[in-house]
Amino acid sequence: MTRFLLARFGSAMLVLFGVSLLVFLLIHLIPGDPVEVMLGESSQPADREALRHALGLDQALHLQLADYYRQLLVFDLGESLYSRRPITDILFERLPATLELALAGLAVAMLVAVPLGTIAATRRGSAWDLGAMSFSMIGISIPNFLMGPLLILVFSLWLGWLPVSGRDEAASLVLPALTLGTALAAILSRMLRATLLEVLGEDYIRTARAKGLSERAVIFRHALRNALLPVITLLGLQLGALLAGAVITETVFSWPGIGLLTIESIHRRDYPVVQACVLLISLGYVAVNTFTDLVYARLDPRIRFGGVA
Amino acid sequence: MMRLWFGGLVIGLWLLLACAGMMFPLRPDEVDLTRILAAPGDGSWFGYDDLGRPLWDRVVVGARYSFFVAFFVVLISACAGTLIGTVSAYLGGWIDHATTRVIDVFLAFPGILLAIALAGVLGAGINNVVIALVTVGWVGFARLARAQVLSLKDREHVQAAVALGASRTRIVLRHLLPLITAPLIIEATFGVAGVVIAEAGLSFLGLGIQPPTPSWGSMIRDSGRYMLVSPHMMLVPGVALMLVVLAVNMLGDHLRDHLDVHLAERGRR
Repeated sequence: MTRFLLARFGSAMLVLFGVSLLVFLLIHLIPGDPVEVMLGESSQPADREALRHALGLDQALHLQLADYYRQLLVFDLGESLYSRRPITDILFERLPATLELALAGLAVAMLVAVPLGTIAATRRGSAWDLGAMSFSMIGISIPNFLMGPLLILVFSLWLGWLPVSGRDEAASLVLPALTLGTALAAILSRMLRATLLEVLGEDYIRTARAKGLSERAVIFRHALRNALLPVITLLGLQLGALLAGAVITETVFSWPGIGLLTIESIHRRDYPVVQACVLLISLGYVAVNTFTDLVYARLDPRIRFGGVA
Repeated sequence: MMRLWFGGLVIGLWLLLACAGMMFPLRPDEVDLTRILAAPGDGSWFGYDDLGRPLWDRVVVGARYSFFVAFFVVLISACAGTLIGTVSAYLGGWIDHATTRVIDVFLAFPGILLAIALAGVLGAGINNVVIALVTVGWVGFARLARAQVLSLKDREHVQAAVALGASRTRIVLRHLLPLITAPLIIEATFGVAGVVIAEAGLSFLGLGIQPPTPSWGSMIRDSGRYMLVSPHMMLVPGVALMLVVLAVNMLGDHLRDHLDVHLAERGRR
């Protein structure tokens, strides 16, 4: 187990290094003079030099890189060009909104996917199955930026039940969470159906049935538990898509999180903030994936003791 | 079977609009001030937008852009990814180690996020959209090709080819690639759906295809302010986008069920 932990941790560190390196290089991909792009063509040469110096762009690349990592280690991400505030402060302000949205989206996804996948698998070939899988197919095919406006149109404008955008009241969370959760629910319910069908064909299910357990107990106590394992792995992987989807969902609903900050900063050419946002979201994703692997190992004794690293 | 019919029909229509649309005199930018926000019917199929431009023409031109972006992005990503994955797995050693690390790093970015950041940094425009999406897209193909080649390269028929003195290039081209095309085609099909969504998403965010050129994504964004008075502005490009993605996904499912040998075997067991 220790070896597994160390190996997993080591590869996570390597990935983190690579991710931060790519993010560092991002600003060097700006065509032309990045400082001119950020300040605009009409900016004064003196201002440009000041910014170039502040960003360290007047130094050699390896020195810039060294500085970048030195600052990362103390969580100093520099200053926003737009608001002149430390980027770390801005991120901390915005983070709760994104976490709230991601968790709510995840909850929606699980609440929809588990019953849907279970019904589809236990009544394979029935109208229920067809309905659930059609829902899932359509859910996968409607992108967030279409789902969001559609929900707004129906529930905010036509029915007037929920607020259109913002994060002023608890009800504001409903539509963004539904938008974010639907696609994930669609993917998860398909996956759960597939694994559940496989599990239901196993010998231990026949044993459980043979010893006279009710169908309920067979499904909930024996089948679902095992079928959820691969779903958890997929969940970890999909959380990245969820976080990236949050960028678009937050834009649709003007939800004041990291995603909206990313897009606002791109439009303001506030690239240091863009870098910080991309870094934060990617780090979150790596952390979640590593955590998922560990949970998976904890849940599945074959991995814990089998020495699969 | 329905999946194949529906998928084929919609994709055929998409292709037709993308290609044949170029031969007809479309006026996606022509402003008709008397028909601002006009609803469908009354002489036009899809109505007019907030500037009085015909939505039918705009959706057809949008189909062209979404099709060609998807086509080129998937083609380039698939070729580059397959090449990298195959070579890496076949050569093994430190090359394979290094490639695996790079793949891991790219996989650590939530797909569209890297594309958004790249498009944001490179600046909007169709070329940068293609660059951004290829940068994100090659990884999936590389990972898949690598895994497939790893499982195949020690098979007897490859050993036989080595023993017969076949060159490395010949082994890769004649004895490995033909065996991994099925999963790659499936990946490419789902890739098309992903790229269509990603292109529309970038354009929705204002980072993709720039106005006045119509893109389904930017059309959906522009419809936001007029949602209540003229929902057709959102529904026309929205339904087009949804149908195409749905069709491609269905075709992908169909291909996966029929092409992928491993899955088919498992199903029969």
